[in-house]
Amino acid sequence: MSWIGRSIPRLEDPALITGRGWYTADAARGAMAVRFVRSPVARGRILDIEIPDGATVFTAADLAGVKPIMPRLFRPDYVAIGQPVFADGRVVFSGQVVAAVVAPDAAAAEDLAEQVFVDIDMEDAVVDVDLALGEGAPAVHPEAPGNVLVEGRMATPGLADAFAAAHEVVSLDLRSHRQSATPMEPRGGVADYDVATGRVTLTCSVQMPHMLRTGLADVLAIPESDLRVIAPDVGGGFGQKMSLFPEYAALVWIARRLRRRVAWIEDRRENFLASAHSRDQAYTVRAAFAADGRLKAVEADMRCNVGAFSCYPVTCGVEPLMAFAELPGPYDFAEYGVRSRGVTTNTCTMAPYRGVSRPMLTFTMERLMDVAARRLKLDPVAIRRLNLVKAFPHRSPTGLVYDEGSYVKTLDMAVEAIGLDAFRDRQQTAWAEGRHLGLGLSVFNERTGYGTPAFAARAMEIVPGYETVDCVMDPSGHVEARIGSSPHGQGLKTALAQIIADELGIEPDKVRIIAGDTDATPYGWGTFASRSLVIGGGACKLAAGGIAGKLRVIAGTMLEAAPADIVLEAGRAGVAGTDRSVAIPDLARAAFHQSHRFPGVANGLKETATYDPAGTFSNACHAVIVEVDVETGGVAIERYVVAEDAGILINPMIVDGQIRGGVAQGIANALYEEVVYDADGNLLTASLADYLPPTCAEIPDIEIAHMVTLSDATLTRAKGVGEGGAIGAPAAVVNAVVDALSPYGVEILEMPATPQRIRDLVRQAERP
Amino acid sequence: MKPAAFTYHRPTSLEEAVTVLAGVGEDGKVLAGGQSLVAAMNFRLARPGVLVDINRIGELGRLEATHEEIGIGALTRHAAFHRPVADTALAHALARVVRHIAHYPIRQRGTFAGSLSHADPASEWCLVAATLDAEITAASTRGERRIAASDFFQGTFRTALEPDEILTRIVIPGHGDGWTFGFEEFARRAGDFALAMSLAALKVEGGIIRGARLGIGGVSDRPIRLAEIERHLVGQPPNVDTIAAAADAASRAVEPTEDIHATADYRRDLIRAMVRRALTQAAR
Repeated sequence: MSWIGRSIPRLEDPALITGRGWYTADAARGAMAVRFVRSPVARGRILDIEIPDGATVFTAADLAGVKPIMPRLFRPDYVAIGQPVFADGRVVFSGQVVAAVVAPDAAAAEDLAEQVFVDIDMEDAVVDVDLALGEGAPAVHPEAPGNVLVEGRMATPGLADAFAAAHEVVSLDLRSHRQSATPMEPRGGVADYDVATGRVTLTCSVQMPHMLRTGLADVLAIPESDLRVIAPDVGGGFGQKMSLFPEYAALVWIARRLRRRVAWIEDRRENFLASAHSRDQAYTVRAAFAADGRLKAVEADMRCNVGAFSCYPVTCGVEPLMAFAELPGPYDFAEYGVRSRGVTTNTCTMAPYRGVSRPMLTFTMERLMDVAARRLKLDPVAIRRLNLVKAFPHRSPTGLVYDEGSYVKTLDMAVEAIGLDAFRDRQQTAWAEGRHLGLGLSVFNERTGYGTPAFAARAMEIVPGYETVDCVMDPSGHVEARIGSSPHGQGLKTALAQIIADELGIEPDKVRIIAGDTDATPYGWGTFASRSLVIGGGACKLAAGGIAGKLRVIAGTMLEAAPADIVLEAGRAGVAGTDRSVAIPDLARAAFHQSHRFPGVANGLKETATYDPAGTFSNACHAVIVEVDVETGGVAIERYVVAEDAGILINPMIVDGQIRGGVAQGIANALYEEVVYDADGNLLTASLADYLPPTCAEIPDIEIAHMVTLSDATLTRAKGVGEGGAIGAPAAVVNAVVDALSPYGVEILEMPATPQRIRDLVRQAERP
Repeated sequence: MKPAAFTYHRPTSLEEAVTVLAGVGEDGKVLAGGQSLVAAMNFRLARPGVLVDINRIGELGRLEATHEEIGIGALTRHAAFHRPVADTALAHALARVVRHIAHYPIRQRGTFAGSLSHADPASEWCLVAATLDAEITAASTRGERRIAASDFFQGTFRTALEPDEILTRIVIPGHGDGWTFGFEEFARRAGDFALAMSLAALKVEGGIIRGARLGIGGVSDRPIRLAEIERHLVGQPPNVDTIAAAADAASRAVEPTEDIHATADYRRDLIRAMVRRALTQAAR
């Protein structure tokens, strides 16, 4: 019996749902409170910092020897920008850390922080990406006079000819407004100085504990062994928690300076001001279509607002270079030209957020398909079916190789499930009654589980990708696996336990996964980019497979059979075709206490394995029905269907949860969430009263159907699925809104499509 | 997100409460449900030096609903209106309105009187009070006084209450037989502050509107009673044209506030839609 493929309850949940989780704030009890004093303005020169007498306050002047955070790409077009831990002479965004105060508790620290007066000579800020590229725009950093920090360009040789030969050229100016990942738990850290060893343990809400330790050691110029990083239970990350932030460097530095335990628990306002944003992008796109609807060429000018600094370790290239490489998505066309720029502005720094540019890429391609279908009088399903990749492996115009997928099949499944034909009748009737129903589609592929080759292609100084697992079976026959990934709510421990259980013939609850502690786990890259199940899972399969081989040798000796004839199943090792067997705990006991009998079993029941795959593409089609209230611009989602292909599902319930959570964030992207700055760089959406994540009242039931395409690209034949929901939903929802508004003939090219934006379009269309 | 330091009082009688307030002037603030005040204090947007918690004052908890009127004590929670407080058209209408106030847990703590004292321009209860001629009672060491709703709301977070006064009771006239009500609100998400809302009450006899109350909220610095439009409605048949004309007039009746969610033009469109729908409900 296989554990893979079963929706077993998550092993993590009993503690989490009974309030017994252990989060960073739980570790903060009794610690001195740190509060950061932040710049109240977006740009200017620091003239003076007035500190109350006798207060414990640190500024850049105290941090001599601490280096700036400076991630690098080895690209000629990349401008490296250093981010000082505390603003040093200048501030470049509202919310930038200027100083830190230390007080006995959080309220006292807030009182003290209010008394630190930062005198700043304000300068004109630049906020908007296109204004930052304009003639005479202020330079955010002197190193980058035109504000461009990274720029990718390419064009295939036949691009111009393809446009010249086009029957129809569709040109769109698309805009995605800025978002925050808004994890339920904001950032936070507790730095504990051990007077006996001089070591600091930093407990913090992060996705990449090993990478954070490396980055902190570099910035603080200390050996990594002087620092232990623990990621306890983490209340969501979505990419926001994978960067090295100055606050963590400051915490460790303060703990070492004061030789005390100090804590900073970020509040929501700080999280909006100064954690990380994403998705602030403007694309100008042209697409060449043949008369039959065949897409021949796409040309794109992409401007990505990367904020004030470059996020460590992935750099500010993460959004523009993802956009550069992956716009073609699931569509088969040969000619592609692109210029993609990362543009610095006086705003909060950008970092990865679930999907990284691909929500906007999918929005772009799917809007192109619908607009082209309308102009060429083609059916939206037909034009997609015509243009989707059908033969695998497929090489995209940017050189990405897609493994086996089901692009057309998932489109057909979604269209069938949502009942497109019946809907068209209902839509006509509704229009006649003055109601506006619409159906939207979105097809996409999702590059997941990619190892070092993919990251090396980005020319990163720090190339992530592999995962290592240390797996050991103890004398009782239970297993501990220490992983370099760092789950934060995904249920990864359960899924990995299912993989290990199948290799060893034991039950998943006999497998303990240890993660998120640099003292207890092998060096790894944490959890991001839909990678942990694919790469960590592959390493688990290899390591557990190695232990299984040793169990077969031991069982072979004990049962006088060839190891190849030993079957591990249901907690026993048996000789195939006989009733002879031995319990796995007995084998484990023997391995430890009768080791002299098994000279061929080196290192006992312990295996370390590393896995570093090239990557794989999952794919999906979303179909959604909405109703638009044309008087208010309000949108209600009536039905939501996802047809998804992520290969073998280790735990289908967890996969469905990933899809549903992603779709909810995608709906947020389409309709609700927007970080707004004024022209001077003041944040206007600094609370959950103004930044609007949808609630369960706004999110419909999400119906999910699965296809299983077997690909050899991964060891477990599982593909990553963590980001797809967020990637596909924005395009599907906006396409549905546009479809509902067909009688008005409006196009929506901007996300989120807020009620006001929708109503403005309708009002303009109503005018004679 | 931690409040500035304050002194906390928890009196057990109204007399004790107003005495504390009388001694502290502008520095005092009354704490009832705390659903707006405590959040504002945590953001340090409000910094009262003295907090007077009235939750232990039993006499402020009364809720009395009759055919003639609904009397609401200062500690009456929003949730008290989840089910109609009486079998009257007004009480049924309030049960519809209350569903738009924030979220379930907030409605368990927040109070009707607290909403009025806070005077958020997007408060549903403020709109109810202003549209339906509520009478508000305030107490201080100087005694008790009654304030008409039309005089009570003076702007965003500003009311006729003096710093030493506690709002003790609200009376909404029952509107007797024959009145029907309509309420519509548009917010970005369920429970969000209204971008626009409208409350309408009509008394229709013999196919003709004999009485009308019409208000809009969330669009200006205070709830707006549209008295002139009410006068135009009276004497008309409650049909589509009458209602459309009233909705159009309402959209022109105020200079709407602008914020990141709504421009003035958009709010005018919302006012038109909300008024038309509220009147249509009331006319049904």
